[in-house]
Amino acid sequence: MIATESLSKRFPRVTALDRLSVDVGPGVTGLVGANGAGKSTLIKILLGLSPATEGRAEVLGLDVATKGAAIRERVGYMPEHDCLPPDVSATEFVVHMARMSGLPPTAARERTADTLRHVGLYEERYRPIGGYSTGMKQRVKLAQALVHDPQLVFLDEPTNGLDPVGRDDMLGLIRRIHTDFGISVLVTSHLLGELERTCDHVVVIDGGKLLRSSSTTDFTQTTTTLAIEVTDTDDHPDGTRAVRDALHARGVDVLDGSGGLPGAGHILLLTAQGDETYDLVRDVVADLGLGLVRMEQRRHHISEVFTDSEQGSEHSTDTQRKEAVGHGG
Amino acid sequence: MAVEHPVATQAGDQTRIHNIGYRTYDGPRLGRSYATRSLYSQSLRGAYGLGRSVKSKVLPMLLFVVMCVPAAIMVAVAVATKANDLPVDYTRYAIVMQAVISLYVASQAPQSVSRDLRFKTVPLYFSRPIETADYVRAKFAALASALFILTAAPLIVLYVGALLAKLDFADQTKGFAQGLVSVALLSLLFAGIGLVIASFTPRRGFGIAAVIAVMTISYGAVSTLQAIADAQSINGGGSADAIAWIGLFSPVTLIDGVQSAFLGASSAFPGGVGPSNGEGVVYVLVTLGLIAASYGLLMRRYKKVGL
Repeated sequence: MIATESLSKRFPRVTALDRLSVDVGPGVTGLVGANGAGKSTLIKILLGLSPATEGRAEVLGLDVATKGAAIRERVGYMPEHDCLPPDVSATEFVVHMARMSGLPPTAARERTADTLRHVGLYEERYRPIGGYSTGMKQRVKLAQALVHDPQLVFLDEPTNGLDPVGRDDMLGLIRRIHTDFGISVLVTSHLLGELERTCDHVVVIDGGKLLRSSSTTDFTQTTTTLAIEVTDTDDHPDGTRAVRDALHARGVDVLDGSGGLPGAGHILLLTAQGDETYDLVRDVVADLGLGLVRMEQRRHHISEVFTDSEQGSEHSTDTQRKEAVGHGG
Repeated sequence: MAVEHPVATQAGDQTRIHNIGYRTYDGPRLGRSYATRSLYSQSLRGAYGLGRSVKSKVLPMLLFVVMCVPAAIMVAVAVATKANDLPVDYTRYAIVMQAVISLYVASQAPQSVSRDLRFKTVPLYFSRPIETADYVRAKFAALASALFILTAAPLIVLYVGALLAKLDFADQTKGFAQGLVSVALLSLLFAGIGLVIASFTPRRGFGIAAVIAVMTISYGAVSTLQAIADAQSINGGGSADAIAWIGLFSPVTLIDGVQSAFLGASSAFPGGVGPSNGEGVVYVLVTLGLIAASYGLLMRRYKKVGL
């Protein structure tokens, strides 16, 4: 989809991209980097709007330096900033943008209706955009990037300014752009946790240099750690210890999850070998008559792989969380 | 989004919506020139408030009516009194109505370009097949066309009226044609000046004020200086030439000079003396130079306004 070869962009004072070589295949690809890491500069070059100082880049097999217009016809772009005039309706705006992409008038109208429905705008699409919420505006911005059925879309910080629910909706939508619409996605964010949930592949750049490029599964599924917390009962005043001993007796090594933090001594960590481990834990806890407070997967987060000073520390939303409420006591 | 999954258990009408999957587009993609034309027609319609809110239709439509009503009255008078000629020349009409034209440019030039800057829609245009030059050309052509419609419509009213009043056909047609050439030049010049000024501010209010200021202050200053030069030449100062040269410095007097030198118009300059043919050439060159310069400045401006 995208291939760059020692791509550099230097401004008089700043080097925005420094010999960046990266290959991006089909699917959803996350482009991670702090503010000023060169994400937007890269998108600008890939759209053929800004010449690279050196190196070359190809999008959909077309050279960005010479085939800019052809690339822009097949690629969608959702900018980071606000870009919607407030006094027209979403329908009018998106129809106009579809025609700007070369769609004939009738097709532009049909595709607009389809696309707005797919991004989740219904009756409100006839009202002026000025009255929309941030979430609705983001959807209009996304719709204008998809309306001409591109092969690839660039989404620049699509979750910016959204609340947690809006963020989840947007991430789900981004996922669907690939799975349901068959359009490849390059999405930028400075939040690693978000991309971990959405992307097949993550490219991390910092200071215009490539830090790492690999698939999300490489990052997160090297080990699966289970965290367990149980209640105490009269029979077993120290439930945690009882479980640890029982598991040990069955040949499962248990790590202490304390790490020196207060209260964390009640959490047991063990390496999951498959479904049997879950069953084993369940049976052990039930036999002891304890209540299981939590059993969750501790995934390695992308941010652990890059211990930079990224702002991506928002990982409290564990998607794999599995909680079981105790069986009596 | 979660709600869009095709879940069979959902309510009736929702299920129907969800069963329509994503459809790809295999139809034609008409490319750059079509996109440029689309932008042109959207901007031209927008210049009269079409496709925009009711509020934004009021001013351009009002100004259009104001432009045409005097022409209609003149025609009515000419027909009623069986006059031998129209009360005003075709070429003179736009000069007389210049305040209305300036107001129109002041209101619609910022509407056309400042909005795109203000709401940062420009990057969206440039993420599509069109290039900077296409955007500038489409916007320039759209405003010039809108101005041409505004200035040519009353001339058509005059011409049709003159024919109904059975005035001399050859004479009227010649005057009408000269008038059309004159307003075409005026449209290009005013559109260029208006757009250049408007493209430098994302604030519509500033744009309106700046365009009005440039149009009226330059005209006021030029007229005053011409009047002074005229008074001096009557007193024997001998600077009749100065009147013509001063006229180069405002858009309205520039057009006036061009048409009185080459399009058989009677000049509105004090003393009724327009530029001579030699001076007229300078007028034409300056007019065309200004139009070209506006285009060049717009191109330079939009080179910088990227993503």
